[in-house]
Amino acid sequence: MSEMNTSKKNSNVVAPLINGLLKENPTFVLMLGMCPTLAVTTSAINGMGMGLTTAAVLTMSNIIISLLRNIIPDKVRIPAFIVIIASFVTIVGQFLQAYLPALNDSLGMFIPLIVVNCIILGRAEAFASKNNPIASAFDGLGMGLGFTIALTIIGTIREMIGAHKVFGISFADIATIVHAPASVSEWLSAQSPIAIFVMAPGAFFVLACLTAMQNCIKNRKLAKGEKTKIQSGCGQDCLECSDTGCAHRFYDQDGKDCAIGKKEENND
Amino acid sequence: MISDSIKELLIIAIGSALVSNVVLSQFYGLCPFLGVSKQLKTASGMGAAVIFVITLASFVSSLVYRFLLQRFHIEYLKTIVFILVIAALVQFVELVLKKKIPVLYKSLGVFLPLITTNCAVLGTALTNVQEEYGVLFSTVNGFATACGFALSICILAGIREKMQYNNIPKAFQGMPIVLVTAGLMAIAFCGFSGLL
Repeated sequence: MSEMNTSKKNSNVVAPLINGLLKENPTFVLMLGMCPTLAVTTSAINGMGMGLTTAAVLTMSNIIISLLRNIIPDKVRIPAFIVIIASFVTIVGQFLQAYLPALNDSLGMFIPLIVVNCIILGRAEAFASKNNPIASAFDGLGMGLGFTIALTIIGTIREMIGAHKVFGISFADIATIVHAPASVSEWLSAQSPIAIFVMAPGAFFVLACLTAMQNCIKNRKLAKGEKTKIQSGCGQDCLECSDTGCAHRFYDQDGKDCAIGKKEENND
Repeated sequence: MISDSIKELLIIAIGSALVSNVVLSQFYGLCPFLGVSKQLKTASGMGAAVIFVITLASFVSSLVYRFLLQRFHIEYLKTIVFILVIAALVQFVELVLKKKIPVLYKSLGVFLPLITTNCAVLGTALTNVQEEYGVLFSTVNGFATACGFALSICILAGIREKMQYNNIPKAFQGMPIVLVTAGLMAIAFCGFSGLL
């Protein structure tokens, strides 16, 4: 049974990609990895850099964990996953230090902290440890790119409100580039940015608005009687929840239907 | 000479506990901050456990860094080594508490597994290395950072307990209003930046 599923998945690598980008977007739908989401999204470039770094680590660790899935004993799997992830984080960190020192400086401590990002451990636990390397690679890529897009969007919003810039180019410059009428550029220069949005409190406010929007969509879907994966900030108390690395968030609320990894388990 | 280093220690302690608060301005350890702050009682338990673990982890990791990693010039392995040291330490502490001090284990035990993969612990250990603190300074910095965490999680839990009786718009119920509260707390903590 699992053989058949694997071959099916081989032919369809697009499904995990779409799954990570849209259906189970780690930030917008599942609300995972909140520390880097809040900390590095002071600008769009930073958000994008962080997202791509995480995506690289996630893809590589997914491949290796998937290759080793039959060798790693079940009891020590979490420490083993952490060691694999930490090795890749170190490699990527060294690479950034050598070739992109500016990005490395602005992301700072959050590069080594990718080790404890729950998206990566959660994906290892929920997908890579149960699927073949190719599917796992695409799953990591999809999840990573979903994370990248989310961070870039949040970064752009914060940068636009907090610094009147888009990807480091100020609104005034954009107005000159597109030959906007003088009244527009005058109006723009009269506005002052709301600086708090690029500071720490702004991150909380942007995320609050985001989760409120998720709540709206979730409530509407629930009212219609549809099932939904939207977490809008897990309302559970962590103490009453035993899942490592928030891995349970990848499944539907009733815990039955879910992500590809779980479905396969049910079929077995 | 001694008074100078005490002064420096105090500045570091106040700096990491209040001015650059670990959750509200550094964003480390956000998961427990949001996930275990429903009740003041559990929040204070979590705060105590975090103080215990971070102080110990800062001490042990700075020892490992100075006498193992620096000695053999393998500083680049610090991420891997620290996460392993922290994980092993938490397991060890859990075992010791269970055997030797069951009273403490009863109140802190449930929180310990949650702390292993908490970025505040690893973040503090790495900050100590980055700032080139010695063993004493690392330990004090770890303790102060953790106190900052305990302080903010207790404040948030207190506010959340009161908030249960408030009329909140439907879309903002649950996590969004908690995040707004955290944002307001972050603004309040910005005020501490004038302290140093």
